[in-house]
Amino acid sequence: MSNTSAKDDKFSRAPVSQRPMVVPTQEGGIGGQVSVTIDSVDVKVPLGTTILDAARSIGIRIPTLCYHEDLCIAGVCRVCVVEVEGQRTLQAACAYPITAPTKVKTHTRKVRQARRHIIDLLLSNHYGECYTCSRNNNCELQSLAKEYGVDFFRFGHPTEPRFEIDDSSHSVIRDMNKCVLCRRCVRTCIDMQEVGVLEAVYRGADTRICTFQDKPLADVICINCGQCINRCPTGALRANDPTDDVWAAIDDPTKHVIIQTAPSPRAAIGECFGLEPGVPLTFEMNTALKLCGFDRVFDTNFTADLTIIEEGVELLLRLKKALVDKDPSISLPQFTSCSPGWVKYIEHFYPEYLPNLSSAKSPQQMFGAVIKTYYAQMHNIDPKDIVCVALMPCSAKKFECNRPEMTSSGFKDIDYGLTSRELAKMISEAGIDLPKLHKSPFDDPFGTATGSGVIFGATGGVMEAALRSVIEIVTGIRVEEIFEHADIIPVRGFEGVKYAELKIEKVGPVPDLLKGLFTDFNWLLGATLKVGICHGTANAKKVMEDIKAGGKFSQCHFIEFMACPGGCLGGGGQPIPTSPAIREARARAIYAEDSAYTVRKSHENPDIVKIYTEFFKEGPCSHLSHHLLHTHYTPRGKYIAE
Amino acid sequence: MKAKNASKLTFSTITPNAGLTAAADKSRSDIIGEISASKMKGRGGAGFPTGTKWNLAAAARGNQKYVVCNADEGEPGTFKDRVILLDHADLVFEGMTIAGKAIGSSIGIVYLRGEYTYLVPHLEAILARRREEKLLGKSIMGRNGFDFDIHLHMGSGAYVCGEETALIESLEGHRGEPRNRPPYPVDTGYMGEPTIVNNVETFAWAACIMSKGADWFKAIGTDKSTGLKLFSVSGDCAYPGVYEFPMGITVRKLLESVGAADAKAVQIGGASGHCIPAPEFDRTIAYEDIATGGSIIVFGQGRDMLQIARNFMEFFVEESCGQCTPCRDGNVKLLEGIEMLEMGECSMSYLRELESLGETMQLASKCGLGQSSPNAFLSIVKNFKEEIMGRLP
Repeated sequence: MSNTSAKDDKFSRAPVSQRPMVVPTQEGGIGGQVSVTIDSVDVKVPLGTTILDAARSIGIRIPTLCYHEDLCIAGVCRVCVVEVEGQRTLQAACAYPITAPTKVKTHTRKVRQARRHIIDLLLSNHYGECYTCSRNNNCELQSLAKEYGVDFFRFGHPTEPRFEIDDSSHSVIRDMNKCVLCRRCVRTCIDMQEVGVLEAVYRGADTRICTFQDKPLADVICINCGQCINRCPTGALRANDPTDDVWAAIDDPTKHVIIQTAPSPRAAIGECFGLEPGVPLTFEMNTALKLCGFDRVFDTNFTADLTIIEEGVELLLRLKKALVDKDPSISLPQFTSCSPGWVKYIEHFYPEYLPNLSSAKSPQQMFGAVIKTYYAQMHNIDPKDIVCVALMPCSAKKFECNRPEMTSSGFKDIDYGLTSRELAKMISEAGIDLPKLHKSPFDDPFGTATGSGVIFGATGGVMEAALRSVIEIVTGIRVEEIFEHADIIPVRGFEGVKYAELKIEKVGPVPDLLKGLFTDFNWLLGATLKVGICHGTANAKKVMEDIKAGGKFSQCHFIEFMACPGGCLGGGGQPIPTSPAIREARARAIYAEDSAYTVRKSHENPDIVKIYTEFFKEGPCSHLSHHLLHTHYTPRGKYIAE
Repeated sequence: MKAKNASKLTFSTITPNAGLTAAADKSRSDIIGEISASKMKGRGGAGFPTGTKWNLAAAARGNQKYVVCNADEGEPGTFKDRVILLDHADLVFEGMTIAGKAIGSSIGIVYLRGEYTYLVPHLEAILARRREEKLLGKSIMGRNGFDFDIHLHMGSGAYVCGEETALIESLEGHRGEPRNRPPYPVDTGYMGEPTIVNNVETFAWAACIMSKGADWFKAIGTDKSTGLKLFSVSGDCAYPGVYEFPMGITVRKLLESVGAADAKAVQIGGASGHCIPAPEFDRTIAYEDIATGGSIIVFGQGRDMLQIARNFMEFFVEESCGQCTPCRDGNVKLLEGIEMLEMGECSMSYLRELESLGETMQLASKCGLGQSSPNAFLSIVKNFKEEIMGRLP
């Protein structure tokens, strides 16, 4: 994450000990190199490099458990201890910065004995059988036990659970019997996401990870992002898994079971089948879903395009009301609303800014509403017999589809939210070897999607998709003439907070679709469109605080917020493990898919044109579209009732 | 409670504020030079050279440096800091003020043990008087730019907060848990700023050294362990109380002085210290032999050593902060081992396993608490193996 030093970071709520390390630097020592000998291999590393990083740079493996690339250092599990010359005690390799020439030994008798003891101690408090665990074969504790040849429980093994499982949340289930107190979830929640739902309580052997007043997760300010799940080394945190219900719906001949697939799972699901990150399996997955028994397989990108139209038009309407009508009640900048983790975050932390949040539903929820109305009518199916499943990279989508307001079709718009991991499990259960399957297209009538829908999966993608359409709609200039190949590079990339400006130097005629809403765009001539992008709620907090203080983001017109690092591709429902490199590989897969599309702009999607001709006849942001495609929010605040 | 020999402490003989007066006209490096020359090591027990610590903090870059007095006297069997704060608080505050001048800090904080809340009015009164006497506040003793003030901060009862980095976390309002070191507090301490954390007694001796000179201090004790040291003596002895002895005194001589010549064993350094059996009473109390913060608990001939080990292990199971694996879970296993020994159900091979676990805890725990928590268990197992293995099932 950030490399800001603890001394400078007045912003973080994380204790200094849990923030990135501040390396003491001697005068003139900054940027210098220091030599270190690890297991008799000599290497020069930048001053302040940890022993762990130095060892990794020369291919020496030091086992870790509480360490995670995305998180600040804790140094609590002590699995990574090594011998450092001149030090009386063993040192945690993850937490020890090299500031002077040093000799390190990584597997002496003392080290091996200590690691073995530590693993034995962790197992003595880890309740549960590997067979019945969601993380079987993908568990860091299990791997360590294997690596260190644990052949019996030297210090015992619990035979009874100590804690009740908290399954109150639609998104995240906590089984503290499996917790090894590595505190990755605590660091994820506080330091990475700036939410702070989880904290260690009590002392010594009574220590455990707890919510505020030990309340169920559903009753605290959890935003359901599931980033803690992705970083839990064991099965102590897992997503609320609806696969049994989905199978039951498939097995029920009276049900018409539809699945929509979001752009991110397809870029990552291969990881669950042993492929390197970054190998997209979009069309193989379509085949697998049909083999599993889903009646229709649709692409969420279709409603991503619909979201762009609705949200983009909403933005133009807000701008017109603010700039032309001088209506003081209009809230700008407009915030995106497609990340349900972000929506819950703003409901809790900045409820006073809810009017800024676009009222457009997320693509997932738009799809559900369209399926149970437009599609049901078109195919003469009783919507009560339709089961809508959404394949998402996200755990918060499970909460979103259970929001009481998400029933505008007269039914629950989306019945089940399925994560990438859960679908991989279903595919395996069906005996399917996903990477070896042939390719199948998406089903009609929503088979056509655009590259704009695909890039919703990456941070900056919603903004790029919106700009591609807004620029063309307003200026009449093809976006390719402004940005080569329609790649709007300034809004791409993994930088935590991004800002971009675009001057509108020409306006074109109002397209037919919007004739009912605008007579011309002359009022935008000469204006500079200012946009912001951020991902991870810690970065969202930075942007929100900047807005509160009247900084440059308060002058923006449109800001994209994503709750998860890297955007949806780093979502809480994606394959485990995660790291910056893995997320970058997934992003490359997503942008490659975008490039391959012939239609890359939402407003040019022929199925979008068709749905506005046939169903939402009054156009975007009209009465019917407001009823089915828009929603409202709940100011929740941070204070939890007794 | 006032210890009967408190009035005999060297502290009583020191001219008030003579050390501060001497320091007020000295340069920072001269003050640190004097402390370094005395070769005083920290009186909290870890034995880090005080002059070196001050020098590192003085050299560190920061916006606001801090002087913290560790008055979280929580080690079982130690109560000498309480006596110092009752009878010689002026000397402690004087030492802190000297430290402030030495490292370039204007803020001192006394982190006071929660159980010592009753001392607050007494200490606040002394601080108020010192402010009136221009010994604290702006322009101390009329010296422009010599600004320093002290406030009290109450601890909340966690033993681990005596560990300096846990103490700093607690000061910042967080859960009291030790930090990773490095970086050390002298570079990145309270609020991320350079901070020195010294024991109550260390500050008092620092004031004495500035008053009487490094040579006076250095002449007492051994070459590696200079000066005088206060001891809290309790347990099976005729005259419990606070004592002052030169460093390097033998265990035997100390026990004779307190009326415990026939002791079976003595716990030196509190729960985290070592249990010394009678055959080793000729060893010396010094950083180079048996280091201690001053807790001396005497065990008479009738004491059950397994009960003593159980008492200490129960303490550590309760007081481990729960952060790192070896300490959080290891102490529980050692206590369970003692319960097995009590029932005569611990095999020799499992006892060896526990001894090896104790070694892991000493080596791999994150802070001094976990690193020293198996000491009592290990020394009792080593020195009294026949007694503790002798239980019948």
